[in-house]
Amino acid sequence: MPLAQTATTVPVVVNDDLCIADKGCTVCVDVCPLDVLRIAEKADGSKTAYMKYDECWYCMPCEADCPTGAVTVNLPYLLK
Amino acid sequence: MDEIQDGLTQIDCDILVIGGGTAGPMAALKAKRKNPNANVVLLDKANVKRSGAISMGMDGLNNSVIPGYATPEQYTKEITIANDGICDQAAVYRYAQECYGIIQELDEFGIRFQKDQNGEYDVKKVHHIGTYVLPMPNGDTVKKALYRQLRKARIQIVNRYMATRLLTGEGRIAGAICVNTRTAEFLVVRAKAVIMGLGAAGRLGLPTSGYLYGTYENASNSGEGYAMAYHAGAGLANLECYQINPLIKDYNGPACAYVAGPMGGYTANAKGERFIECDYWSGQMMQEFFDELQGGKGPVYLKLNHLAEETISEIERVLHIVERPTRGHFHAGRGTDYRKQMIEMHISEIGFCSGHSASGVFVDEHARTTIPGLYAAGDMANVPHNYMLGAFTNGAFAGLDAADFIADVDFASFDQSEVVAEQERVLAPTKRDDGIPPNQIEYKTRRLVNDYLQPPKVTAKMELAQQRFEEVREDMEQGMYVRDAHELMRSLEASSILDCADMAAAASLYRTESRWGLYHNRVEYERDDENWFCHTILTKGDDGKPAHSKKAVQPYVVEIADDEKDAYYNQRVDATVAAE
Repeated sequence: MPLAQTATTVPVVVNDDLCIADKGCTVCVDVCPLDVLRIAEKADGSKTAYMKYDECWYCMPCEADCPTGAVTVNLPYLLK
Repeated sequence: MDEIQDGLTQIDCDILVIGGGTAGPMAALKAKRKNPNANVVLLDKANVKRSGAISMGMDGLNNSVIPGYATPEQYTKEITIANDGICDQAAVYRYAQECYGIIQELDEFGIRFQKDQNGEYDVKKVHHIGTYVLPMPNGDTVKKALYRQLRKARIQIVNRYMATRLLTGEGRIAGAICVNTRTAEFLVVRAKAVIMGLGAAGRLGLPTSGYLYGTYENASNSGEGYAMAYHAGAGLANLECYQINPLIKDYNGPACAYVAGPMGGYTANAKGERFIECDYWSGQMMQEFFDELQGGKGPVYLKLNHLAEETISEIERVLHIVERPTRGHFHAGRGTDYRKQMIEMHISEIGFCSGHSASGVFVDEHARTTIPGLYAAGDMANVPHNYMLGAFTNGAFAGLDAADFIADVDFASFDQSEVVAEQERVLAPTKRDDGIPPNQIEYKTRRLVNDYLQPPKVTAKMELAQQRFEEVREDMEQGMYVRDAHELMRSLEASSILDCADMAAAASLYRTESRWGLYHNRVEYERDDENWFCHTILTKGDDGKPAHSKKAVQPYVVEIADDEKDAYYNQRVDATVAAE
């Protein structure tokens, strides 16, 4: 009995152009209290942070601590 | 990251502090300063830099007892009255005496508090009787300031390890079993003393938005402290005294009447009329809120639109940078302008949290639990109406006492089979090929909590809840399935949440009276001082289910006159006062 793949829109959005995960930055991944962010490798081999798990308290350390302003915390759709 | 790996490491320390939010860091600092040779480990499920209820800071101290504004006697009296007399005053009184010293220390850390033109602390009145609220103009810096102190004191910090069970032996604490949240590797920590500061059970009820993490409390505070204390055999007090909050509807964050109130804002009904004299959170106040809704006068709002532009700008400045900064985004998205519209509020889902109510792991005025060497502080310990300053101050008490405790003891031996059994329990969902994911176990538990445990409490509904919880437990133990270490963390949280749900139902059924306003409003019973003027203590019974006993309220340090006892029941505005 395989698990379903249900789509969900996530609140934390990362601007790939500003994200410096390529340079080894993991600040947003490190500070998240719910541990929902990860670094992904894109098709061209570059890296960017993204929200892997839709388990967000919309608390904002990821946005506040990002050194390049790449992270935006929106409200989860269910409550906004 | 997140792949499940085998592994078990054991480390030793003198004092293990579990939880790096508010109480934990202060406990670690105090212990280390008192005994610089002690090996103090501070462990957190998240990262201490940004963990806990004050992840993004706090807008003020809600319970500061500052000379010139309030006395420890006044504060102790107010908190006793707010809790319908069920209060061991020694812990509250000690807090009230010593919190001013903690404020001065926090000041030295670089956390500023609001001062008036004369350089005196600018304390505001929010409570029903006394004056205790001190704004923090740079409250967004609290965690950074704390972290600097931890580094300076050379506290050993262990991030991303989740404690799952306490170890005991020789009649005292022996350590804790922990799991890495990104690899599932185990860490057994042997410790001479353990201090728990794991926060509230904030993921107990389900927010009306249906979003599992849309909670008032930091959603990482899922009740591990209560569950671990329970399984270790510690006593938990008055769990039927739920935390229920008046919150911004859907956003489910604080409306912050404590900030807005002293500036002229207040809670109003749909007509914009004030119906309670006092916006300080208490069970009695929540009952008035509930009654207003039941009376057809809702929704209830936070009203600011009668205030001057500069006042509203200042309220926005404070509320949109600290504690829950996304509040500004939320209002912008809805098109709510404080100048024009009132802010819709609602009654939150239930939780456990002594920060605002009175339930939790039973502790005395030294933050000692009923297990020698085990301490608890902050939202999970039962000192009533703790708030942030209570977490800091009681955390300090725990650290100071633990530093003495370890001087006279060696490590307690424990049964290794407990570690093996815990590994099996934790890893069971990883051994299946198929099953129910943790989010569904959690959702169902919390939805049942809303359906059957949310006050007003009804006996038959709570008994049904117990049956349903047993069914969910069977599903969880026999069929929960996880695919990676992150989901494994969520499965452990689901287990804590279910334990807390069981405890909430059992404790509420045991106290056959009504008390604390809406928090324990049992519709079939009146308040009954003759039989129930006592604490209830819940422990794990021999059958593995909650067992109950009564514990006398300790003789008061500060006497309460008969005509003062019910002050918190006199909150309703007599003649409705029109706002404009």
